[in-house]
Amino acid sequence: MTVTLKDYASPVKPTWCPGCGDYGILAAIRQALVQVGLAPHEVLIVTGIGCGSKLPDYMHVNGFMTLHGRPLPIATGIRLANHGLKVLVVHGDGDSMGLGMGHFIHAARRNLDLVDLIQNNQIYGLTKGQYSPTSDPGFITSTSPEGALEGAANPVALALAAGATFVARGFAGDTKGLADLVARAIEHRGYALVDVLQPCVTFNRKNTYDWYRERVYNLAESGHDPRDRLAAYQKALEWGDRIPLGVFYQTERPTYEEQVVALKEGPLALRTLTKLSLQEVEQLRSEFM
Amino acid sequence: MSIINDLTFKIAGAAGQGVESSGAGFAQALARGGLYLFGLQDYMSRIRGGLNFFQVRVHEHPLYSHEEAVHVLLPLNEEALEEYVDEVAPGGGVIYDEGLKVDREWVAGKGRKAMPVPLIEIAKEHGDRVMANTAALGAAAGVVEYSYERLADVIRQNFRRKGEDVVAANLRVGRAAYLYAQERYAADFQWKLRQIPEAPQRLVMSGNQALALGALAGGCRFMAAYPMTPTTSILEWLARHERQYGVVTKHAEDEIAAICMAIGANFAGVRAMVATSGGGFSLMVEALGLAGMCEVPLVIVEGQRGGPSTGLPTRTEQGDLLFVINASQGEFPRLVLAPGTVEECFECGWRAFNLAEKYQTPVIILSDQFLASSLRTVEVEAIDFDRVVIDRGKLLSAEELDALTEPYKRHRFTEDGISPRAIPGHPKAVYATASDEHDEFGHITEEMHNRRKMMQKRMKKLETARQDIRPPIQYGPAGAPIVLIGWGSTYGVLREVVDRLEGEARLVHFCDLWPFPAQAAAEALRDGTGVVVENNLTGQFRRLLRSETCLPIEHSISRYDGRPFSPEEILAGLKEIRK
Repeated sequence: MTVTLKDYASPVKPTWCPGCGDYGILAAIRQALVQVGLAPHEVLIVTGIGCGSKLPDYMHVNGFMTLHGRPLPIATGIRLANHGLKVLVVHGDGDSMGLGMGHFIHAARRNLDLVDLIQNNQIYGLTKGQYSPTSDPGFITSTSPEGALEGAANPVALALAAGATFVARGFAGDTKGLADLVARAIEHRGYALVDVLQPCVTFNRKNTYDWYRERVYNLAESGHDPRDRLAAYQKALEWGDRIPLGVFYQTERPTYEEQVVALKEGPLALRTLTKLSLQEVEQLRSEFM
Repeated sequence: MSIINDLTFKIAGAAGQGVESSGAGFAQALARGGLYLFGLQDYMSRIRGGLNFFQVRVHEHPLYSHEEAVHVLLPLNEEALEEYVDEVAPGGGVIYDEGLKVDREWVAGKGRKAMPVPLIEIAKEHGDRVMANTAALGAAAGVVEYSYERLADVIRQNFRRKGEDVVAANLRVGRAAYLYAQERYAADFQWKLRQIPEAPQRLVMSGNQALALGALAGGCRFMAAYPMTPTTSILEWLARHERQYGVVTKHAEDEIAAICMAIGANFAGVRAMVATSGGGFSLMVEALGLAGMCEVPLVIVEGQRGGPSTGLPTRTEQGDLLFVINASQGEFPRLVLAPGTVEECFECGWRAFNLAEKYQTPVIILSDQFLASSLRTVEVEAIDFDRVVIDRGKLLSAEELDALTEPYKRHRFTEDGISPRAIPGHPKAVYATASDEHDEFGHITEEMHNRRKMMQKRMKKLETARQDIRPPIQYGPAGAPIVLIGWGSTYGVLREVVDRLEGEARLVHFCDLWPFPAQAAAEALRDGTGVVVENNLTGQFRRLLRSETCLPIEHSISRYDGRPFSPEEILAGLKEIRK
């Protein structure tokens, strides 16, 4: 049976502001899942807390809307328990680069087979307009009246440094391009970052759709070789007048799950749980004699 | 006159000198000879130096507690000798290497027997200098004239991996030291150990080992943790058994990640747990609430140590009771079990998983450093694998899900508060749940009627769970005038006190702590003078008891210096109270 967009339709109406970049991301994720032919029951979307983290509610899909900053370790447990499920982590820049920064670095180096999509609007929307770890320096908000004093966290550069095996950036204003990127991330075997530039139409008056449209360009079209980690790093540092989109880097490395001996016989969650056999009991007892 | 099979030996030295491995080896040799043991481990928060000890009480009857007096002290350095010589009972002895700077007269002046043995020389002559600890064990066995064969069994087993030559050399060293010590000191030494012929094989186990074993038997197939004393060895034990038993363990980047991983695994349908101490549990608290809110089963082992903050990292305390019962913002059901013995640790290990899945909520096993690391001999049948049950509660099978005719509601309102649970992956039960308040489907909502019903539904599970909460365990003669009240790791020492008071006292021990078995507690505590004994300063259990039963317990004995109670100390406390 072929999967269609209808399969992912939810009766719940999003609470997002009209024009929010989250709509583009939601559409792109649905489109990508259809493109790769996965049905809703085969997919599990884990989110944190923030406007965009309500996304599983607006799709017909398995979902777990968890804690601020913590969806990556929860997704880690899910993957280790059932590596038959396709797991997508979707969370904002506050979630991933603020509270969840440590988990993000560990997830990238751990290389579990999952997609990590960051809805990066460079602002805290749900708490109504404070600067975020990815805000540009000098960005004025209610908690940075003199302008943000820190350098912006760069998810792409951080993921590259941490050893991520797939690193990409998309734009919420380009649903088609983003859907293709998400599909590629889903098909990548290993940790796949998709950093999504996402306008917050209510609180971020700087990084608007137009601001991005004037600056973004496609890495593939510019002749970038995604196998070159150093070149990817150089591209990752590009920000301001020109902002690259697309796949920065992709490589192959054994995933965490495939190296776990206990998972060789298939997902743990699908095994029948039984009591220990007499022989096992005897053997365990002998350890204490 | 000789005292047969009733003594305590203590090996003490700097971290890194092999105190634990030597102590455990000697203990094993005694257990194989049919003797009962209670082993107490004491170590400092450092890798080298300092002063650690391993103290083992030996008897031919079952033991539940250590006692204060030491009869054979084996100091591995001068500092250990000076520190512990006063614990040696009059007539008891100190076995030490001839090379240590020890004033024999000073030891003899204290009424203890100085028993120097050229341990290092013997080791060098018959094997290698590194075998001095084997010589020490040989000498100890020689002084108490215990069967050298039993010690030899353990030497063979423990050094097997290092090859036949190493085994043979250790056997020569042990034997030579045995003969040396026996010849010079045995005739004049009162305490003797004899193996019990035909005694059955028994298990020697720590609380942590029993918990890990119970968890494995109960179907735990995933564990995540961040190493933290005193529960690290649970992760290590399960990690060693990964391959054979199909268990996945994850040493996580921090405790928050650990509990989140365990929640993720449980959500996906695998029995999963975490183990930590109070500090790590403090970090886990937000996620504890997530499990409560989203009705995800979860087992947490909290091994208490001296707090607050880093406190006494390698020592014991019962200071987290009210914290674990109340931790997290908001209200949700949880269960708290506090095992007191190796047997209860094993049982709680598997029982916790059934309770967590049955009530779809967190279950906390509250242990402590003392229980986690003390060793005890138990009968093979006492670690009862036959009684293990795996009950996954209202978990829907694939067949049941196939037969669904209505849209699946993960958080369906039910009579007992428990909703039939589907693990994600079935086409007929596609659902999302949320840490935000949600409706029966799991959709986020702030609607007030739903909120009230959801709160009631979740808390209803706590009332339903009362059916599985066991009353306190009672030991000793009914009607005894003194009622010792304890929870968790004090069971053994209180039992010993009851035995020593011969009819004067009885014990009421609580393992199941939350939901609190108020009615059973009130019945058990109706008569007699109650004395709450607990390892904390502010009397947390006494306060819990009062708030749940309105019973004012007048007396208490508390200890909060990081060390476990001894029977002597409780007896002295009772004497004070009865004045």
